[in-house]
Amino acid sequence: MQFGIFTVGDVTTDPTTGRTPTEAQRIKAMVTIAQKAEEVGLDVFASGEHHNPPFVPSSPTTMLGYLAAKTDKLILSTSTTLITTNDPVKIAEDFAMLQHLADGRVDLMMGRGNTGPVYPWFGKDIAKGIELAVENYDLLRRLWREDVVDWQGMFRTPLHGFTSTPRPLDGVPPFVWHGSIRSPEIAEQAAYYGDGFFANHIFWPKAHFQRLIELYRTRFEHYGHGTADQAIVGLGGQVFMRKNSQDAVKEFRPYFDHAPVYGYGPSLEDFTEMTPLTVGSPAEVIEKTLKFREYFGDYQRQLFLMDHAGLPLKTVLEQLDLLGEEVVPVLRKEFNALRPARVPNAPTHRSLQAAKLAADQAAADLSSAGIQS
Amino acid sequence: MTTFTVAMVSAGLSQPSSTRLLADQLADAVRRAAGIDGDRVEVVTLELRELAHDITNNLLTGFPNVPLHSAIDALTSADAVIAVTPVFSASYSGLFKSFFDVIEPAALTGTPVLMAATGGSARHSLVLDYALRPLFSHLKATIVPTGVFAATADFGSDGAGRSLADRVNRAGRELVALIGPTPGRGTGFDGAEPGPSRTGNRPGRESDPFDALVPFTELLARR
Repeated sequence: MQFGIFTVGDVTTDPTTGRTPTEAQRIKAMVTIAQKAEEVGLDVFASGEHHNPPFVPSSPTTMLGYLAAKTDKLILSTSTTLITTNDPVKIAEDFAMLQHLADGRVDLMMGRGNTGPVYPWFGKDIAKGIELAVENYDLLRRLWREDVVDWQGMFRTPLHGFTSTPRPLDGVPPFVWHGSIRSPEIAEQAAYYGDGFFANHIFWPKAHFQRLIELYRTRFEHYGHGTADQAIVGLGGQVFMRKNSQDAVKEFRPYFDHAPVYGYGPSLEDFTEMTPLTVGSPAEVIEKTLKFREYFGDYQRQLFLMDHAGLPLKTVLEQLDLLGEEVVPVLRKEFNALRPARVPNAPTHRSLQAAKLAADQAAADLSSAGIQS
Repeated sequence: MTTFTVAMVSAGLSQPSSTRLLADQLADAVRRAAGIDGDRVEVVTLELRELAHDITNNLLTGFPNVPLHSAIDALTSADAVIAVTPVFSASYSGLFKSFFDVIEPAALTGTPVLMAATGGSARHSLVLDYALRPLFSHLKATIVPTGVFAATADFGSDGAGRSLADRVNRAGRELVALIGPTPGRGTGFDGAEPGPSRTGNRPGRESDPFDALVPFTELLARR
């Protein structure tokens, strides 16, 4: 099982000090946080993509490329890459390039975005969100899998004799997750291709996501990629910890009360009751995270949101220490013990490469057997 | 005999409130009108005052908590709705509007709605036609022709009180007529086969995207 963090990249005033980081400080803080994630033994760092203030990460592969040079083991990912408004040709090129620089430590998560005006800013129609996600992703897959592409669609200039460069590392395209908080169509899309499905359930009650994940698992099996419990599921999470539970609540409350997403709304107590948010001791975080498996089945990737709502860098780094030292080792052990052997891990470049070699070998054996007979 | 459910939404804020008083009178009128055909009415009361914080939180977080979720379910699964608001600053109250803002846009499609309002004076009575009717038209509800406005004076004087009672009764009868055909009422369509409950048979009231899932091959082929 993979554990990691995902960041929105918001520039938010610290409500306890009134201090607002500059964009430069925030961007460098994200880099420090990613490096810290590797240092404390996490597996994944994922960056959001936004095209409006107060968010800084408009160019994820630039940041991830820099991180590729600064890290050795960390899987570099996105949360999400906008499949609706980005040109699929540019996504194919950017992430193949990143694969080479990061020696394959790359995957990505497709999303449609949650900021309406991004569509018109990039010349697209929000009413066509699903259609854009379907067509663009289908083209993206072909660009990574076919050396020369002839293509015509509804939303982009046709391609004739086009080769996306560089080609994916070792001929193995990056693994793709599809993120959705609302749309059954996206769970269906992930199932169709046998891709991963990431349910960022951090702001919503679990019943809704149980249905989405159940749909994805059922359809994954329907399309012949394996049994429903072998589908590749990722989940969000949001925690704030101190050794002593009361200290965590006291320290996090002002950040919660003023947070951009849920601030000025329900109380911290109500929100922790309704959503995956855990504010308390590492033991409480472990207990609540283990419950995710009961609600959603065995899953492959757990990403935590750790660095938002104006939390200072120093605090975030302390949180990562607790996560890496006290929470994740226990979760790894517990989840692995509970997971049946037939449930796979999340694909990595190495596992996909091995699968490709095996498939190529099988095809070669078959054709040489054909010649001999 | 058929039993059908009516969700009664009251946005009055004071306790007791004249808005709730009017809502109860309308519910009684609906019961009486249904009783003529031997039908029973189960009224589910939704006092928005009790849900005010939950509604605000839903606006802020994007999801309803458990009590609000139950209330929305009760509203959207009812056979008909009685919606009553006080007039605040020349329109429905903000709380009343916020409640209808947090339901799914198609959740009341085709649902019969009896709308009513209370105000300090009869000079506000057009609020039914310039504020409430457009709201429920937008939601594609089937609106009862007679809306009921009650000014403070309507609850007092004899003459005015009788006329309010007349409007309430007429609106109640119209709501029951809109709920649809029942066995033996004789107002149904020829050959119509009404089920034991009228719940859920309304065309177009499909608000659950999971039930309308398009297989991916079809999504791909649409290009």
